[in-house]
Amino acid sequence: MNWKTFYALLARDGHVARRNLLPTLLQNLLQPLLFTFVFGKVMTTSGMMPAAYKSMLLPGVMAISMVLAGVQAVAMPLITEFQFTREIEDRLLAPIEIGWLAVEKIVAGMIQAMVAGLVVIPAAWLIMGSGVRLDFGKPFEFLLVALLVALFSSAGGLALGCSVGQTQIGLMFSLVVAPMMMFGCAYYPWSALESFPILHMAVLVNPLVYASEGLRGALVPQVPHMNTLVVIGALAAIDLGLLYLGLKKFHQKAVS
Amino acid sequence: MGIGIRIENLRKVYDAPPPMAGGGAGFSFAAVRPASKEKSPRKFELVALDGVSFEIRAGEVFGLLGPNGAGKSTTIGVLTTRTQPTSGRAFIGEYDVWRQQVQAKRLIGVVPQRPNLDFALTAREILTFHGAYFGQGARVRARRADELLEKFKLTDRATHMVRTFSGGMMQRLSIARAMMHDPEVLFLDEPSAGLDPQTRLLLWEIVRDYNRLGKTIVLTTHYMDEADTLCDRLAIIDHGRIISQGTPAELKATIPGGYLLRLRFDRVTEELLVDLKKLPGVTEVRSADQAFVDVYADRGGPLIGPIVNTAQAAGFELRDVHIAEPSLETLFLHHTGRSLRD
Repeated sequence: MNWKTFYALLARDGHVARRNLLPTLLQNLLQPLLFTFVFGKVMTTSGMMPAAYKSMLLPGVMAISMVLAGVQAVAMPLITEFQFTREIEDRLLAPIEIGWLAVEKIVAGMIQAMVAGLVVIPAAWLIMGSGVRLDFGKPFEFLLVALLVALFSSAGGLALGCSVGQTQIGLMFSLVVAPMMMFGCAYYPWSALESFPILHMAVLVNPLVYASEGLRGALVPQVPHMNTLVVIGALAAIDLGLLYLGLKKFHQKAVS
Repeated sequence: MGIGIRIENLRKVYDAPPPMAGGGAGFSFAAVRPASKEKSPRKFELVALDGVSFEIRAGEVFGLLGPNGAGKSTTIGVLTTRTQPTSGRAFIGEYDVWRQQVQAKRLIGVVPQRPNLDFALTAREILTFHGAYFGQGARVRARRADELLEKFKLTDRATHMVRTFSGGMMQRLSIARAMMHDPEVLFLDEPSAGLDPQTRLLLWEIVRDYNRLGKTIVLTTHYMDEADTLCDRLAIIDHGRIISQGTPAELKATIPGGYLLRLRFDRVTEELLVDLKKLPGVTEVRSADQAFVDVYADRGGPLIGPIVNTAQAAGFELRDVHIAEPSLETLFLHHTGRSLRD
């Protein structure tokens, strides 16, 4: 392990991310914030949704923003860099084991996911106005869940980015990301699915469910949510699985 | 002191098409050969290297010469840690390239066949970040980047994103990047493909200058003149095997007679070949098909008259003559039976 090289690789990704800051923020945050405005502001103010929905919605929007940010931060550049231009080659030739390059990508993705999550809290709060009741009484639980969500998103981005070709990006978003968001319990709590027993169980394969429910448990414990230990266990298992898969795929892509 | 390279019985079989512009760029896929007949013919198998061994001495310019798909890029891929050999070993200096990748990577600089520049960065940033990957301090990498931009005539475009660059500029920047960390061994994979003649001469000059510093240079090419003028020693590679190696002069001396006369007749018979063999100065006569005859001889033009006379006397009509002087091109033809450009 060579910290100088690792840090230089991270600095390169940070430099590129800063250069693309505005488009990246818009790409990851506009959609969740528009959703927040329509459902958290328009629908609640007009009385079509109860005001308590605001507090329930915010952690879900945060989960979606984090996951989108992490997946995109890792997957999109990787897909480009691994295609025929092989832009990544220069970094593969850097004096460090190539597995560390994948780890560096994950760390960079996690940082971006955390930033996206932290930006969403005040932004959504401002949009929805009064009536949002957040509880910061469990900072360590919040931090742990947020880190596990960030790791899930960027390790997932690594696995996706190394499995998907440039021509399949659109397909990836409509087949993987869109259903994940709709059935990720972001816009409603998991308990709301109790009237749909099959769906109630089926969505448990969706990692976003644990992300939304975990952040709900940490930020708005007054809203019904999944047991935090279950959430942490599930996220940790998913993280390890995606990490293994992502690193393996990365090796296959990197070495011919 | 410089760093040498050793390759021992290297074999590489691809079981999936190699990535373009990666280790196996430029494969014509004509070389697909199933390893054994029992295997399903649908399974992809490409023998890119078939027992390649050679040694590159410290401080020399070594050329790998061969047609597209011969295994040149795969050899470079293995030597630069980018391709995992199926069997065999490769050493950069004392380091086993596959097992001690990090140490090996510190010693090498690589100019790829197609520019693989980091499109998210400016020209100058490409150099400074490359320096940072190799642990150079901020001041050192800033100075070196400016020197190299100047040397490669890119100073006025230093702050531009490279996606706007022309092919030649990208190629120059690729070479500058490979030299940024002052590697002991410089690999150039088809460095002059697609370059204009002027840039090509600049490239040759740069390679020679770098070699004068005691650095080892390994380049692949399918240009005979490039191999001839630039390389101290050469290996000729075809279908994943080393056919011949030595200095350009040594290799040329192995061509029987030196001159090659490619003749085309209206038809070819055994008697004609025997008659041609008897002509003065002829060392070897080969016929690949019904009309063509390759005559290796110690003279070129002076042999035309006797050939015409012999053909007429035996009732054959000579339709075309091509004389090739002693060159690596004729050497390649002699060894493989086909032209480098085929």
